[in-house]
Amino acid sequence: MNFDLSDEQKMLAEQARGLLAERSPPARLRQLIGEGAELDAPLWRELGEMGFLGAAIAEAHGGLGLTALDLAVISLELGRANACLPFFSSVVLAGGALSACGSAAQQAAWLPGIASGEKIGTFAYAEGPADWRAALPATTFAATSGNEGRITGTKSPVADGGVAGFAVVLVNAGGAQAFALVDLDQPEVSRTRLDSFDQLRGHHAISFAGAKAELLAGDADTLARLLDQAAVQAAFEAVGGAQACLTMAREYALDRQIFGRSLASYQAIKHRLADIAVAIELALSNAYYAGWAAQNAPDELPAAAAAARLTALAAFKNAARENIQVHGGIGYTFEANCHFYYRRERTLALSLGGREVWADRLIAHSA
Amino acid sequence: MDFNDTPEEAAFRAEARAWLAAHAPAHALREGERLEDAEEARRGRAWQRALYDGGFAGITLPRELGGRGGTVIEAVVFHEEESRYNIPKGPYITIGLGMALHVLAHHGSPEQKARYCEPTLKGEMTWCQLFSEPSAGSDLANLRTKAAKEEGAREGDEWVVNGQKVWSSWAHHADWGLLVARHDPSLPKHKGLSFFLVDMKTPGVETRPIRQISGASDFNETFLTDVRIPDANRLGKVGDGWACCMTVLSSERIGSGSPREAVQEMVEYIRRTGRGADGGNALDSAANRVALAQALAEERGEKYLAARLRTMISRGEDPGAMAAMIKLAYAGRNQKMLGLGMEVRGLDALAAAPDAGDTLGLHYEYIWSTVMRIAGGADEVLRNQIAERVLGMPGDWRPDKNVPFDQL
Ligand SMILES: Cc1cc2nc3c(=O)[nH]c(=O)nc-3n(C[C@H](O)[C@H](O)[C@H](O)COP(=O)(O)OP(=O)(O)OC[C@H]3O[C@@H](n4cnc5c(N)ncnc54)[C@H](O)[C@@H]3O)c2cc1C
Repeated sequence: MNFDLSDEQKMLAEQARGLLAERSPPARLRQLIGEGAELDAPLWRELGEMGFLGAAIAEAHGGLGLTALDLAVISLELGRANACLPFFSSVVLAGGALSACGSAAQQAAWLPGIASGEKIGTFAYAEGPADWRAALPATTFAATSGNEGRITGTKSPVADGGVAGFAVVLVNAGGAQAFALVDLDQPEVSRTRLDSFDQLRGHHAISFAGAKAELLAGDADTLARLLDQAAVQAAFEAVGGAQACLTMAREYALDRQIFGRSLASYQAIKHRLADIAVAIELALSNAYYAGWAAQNAPDELPAAAAAARLTALAAFKNAARENIQVHGGIGYTFEANCHFYYRRERTLALSLGGREVWADRLIAHSA
Repeated sequence: MDFNDTPEEAAFRAEARAWLAAHAPAHALREGERLEDAEEARRGRAWQRALYDGGFAGITLPRELGGRGGTVIEAVVFHEEESRYNIPKGPYITIGLGMALHVLAHHGSPEQKARYCEPTLKGEMTWCQLFSEPSAGSDLANLRTKAAKEEGAREGDEWVVNGQKVWSSWAHHADWGLLVARHDPSLPKHKGLSFFLVDMKTPGVETRPIRQISGASDFNETFLTDVRIPDANRLGKVGDGWACCMTVLSSERIGSGSPREAVQEMVEYIRRTGRGADGGNALDSAANRVALAQALAEERGEKYLAARLRTMISRGEDPGAMAAMIKLAYAGRNQKMLGLGMEVRGLDALAAAPDAGDTLGLHYEYIWSTVMRIAGGADEVLRNQIAERVLGMPGDWRPDKNVPFDQL
């Protein structure tokens, strides 16, 4: 047994961390929010050129052909930086769906663009407050010929829906759940920007009025696997965010003098941060195992992914809240950096199934 | 990253499995079997002897001390395989194996190692830990038991020890005790301590059982009145007492993880157990599912964090206070989860039928779960350690620091 990242993975993490610290510091995030941007375009291009976006895409399609765990160390660093990038939507979800169930032609058409960053995809699953997992989607696919057809309906909210050029859309195709691949740059598609809680991850409502689409070969099982894989990456992203909060809170507490001594010397603060540190290590350990299982023990992935998701979001929630608490009033200002994480945490917590959904998956798959 | 056994680990696992299959069943408890104290002690000793004869006693202990000279991972593998059998081992045995051998290996003289290691490994010599006192628990260095040196002529020097120890687990069954006492009160509290091995049959050693909240009396008050200890039974140099204690306590912490998947067992129990006429069970409630899933996820996290720390140890790195994280996480989660376990059993857990072994076991474990948060590093002490040593935050205000003990 060797339960640690490899030296190569540690180098990859360091590289990503260094680049993001330089290109996407908090001042840059504030600037992007000020501009109402939904994408840090120069950084996205740079990540594409460096191979980060294609890390888990097959070499035949312009990627590096690395594993889920390699992708995960990048997810963790993106979470730490809270970067304004559609990595999760495009690389993890759209890229993951295409890699899992795209035809050779579909993969050849889209994966190289995802790897280079020239094409941005997203995954459109939700339809407002309705439970998207229980019932069939209201958005329908009507076949025209072969796997081609037209889709009608509205998906909302769609993460990164403003910057995506295409979407993998969860549809009802003849009474069964299916994935439709849709080019978003066509007149039958209209987008409305929503007021996203996370100012660094835009959400849109996207309406399809008989838009041209083609089916991927996926079914309900593919969806479940895709969500497990995505949950692993989201868990790493959450751990990265939680680590950033812990570092920030610790540094602030060490600096701040209150009643003649360092804030960090009070047990109320020490013990709170110790608990967060423990929660982060438990989550990271679960995430490591899930990242390993994604590649090496697919039968164990559902339980492993759910456990990682639950512990990582619990850690991030606590870290994001207590980080502001430790900062006091300054934590409530736009100039301090706590709010980026306070918002991102809710985004991760509410996307792709809440706590109850993942709790059920863990209970159902633990034996 | 590779979660599977290496070829060497797999070979060791196969060897351990085969040996256990041949020897463990004869020692394992039968379904529902409960043992009296003395019988548990006897069975524990017998199993330890079998382990010794099979070459599996003291897996990480060097060969010259009678151990197997194996790796930490091998010890873990053996522990995993052994725990498939419900063998009564008795804490009598584990205090000796975990604490006494560990401290002897680090601080013992060649003569002491030769005298104590092998009988302990064979289960012939059992130990208790005489550390805590009424005024010294988390703040162990505040202890008051005195050790005064007497220069002797024929027999060599002796120490005369006076004081009171408390919470001494299984001291009433132990052959020997690990004792820390103050030899010089004019030094600051951590500096004036020395460490001794004391024969529990020495005149002046008296144990009195304390009735616990569980109803049992596993621990004792131990009174030490003019107890004479030969200088040859001092471990380490005079003044090394604190270092020896730290060695003992570090073994306590690393050994505190449990391979048992208790939350998983609880989920399975609920699946088996209907909740009345409607045929449903407690998993029909989303609130229960969420709470159990969170506990399951944390239990898994503890297991995989332990795996990360073992990887560090096997590379010769010191996980330091990160080991405290597992104990802290486990202790709190365990108590919460057992409380929930009683709730999902509902009125059954309020009052169990005499043959309801599962529920009676839960009653006992919920009581015992309080101990895990106190002994072997209390929650608050571990939080301090993590904050100070992992996060680099300042130590608490300590008015006793560097002050001679007799001026405190
Ligand atoms: C079942 C059982 C078996 C035991 N067996 C043995 C044994 O065999 N041999 C032996 O020597 N001892 C034994 N002990 C004793 C055990 O080591 C002590 O109970 C433990 O060290 C705590 O000390 P204490 O009980 O004096 O509590 P205290 O140290 O007085 O702690 C009381 C409370 O104060 C908190 N606290 C302590 N320090 C701080 C701090 N710095 N900041 C904030 N809060 C703090 C604690 O967390 C706790 O909540 C046993 C205890 C139990 C319960």
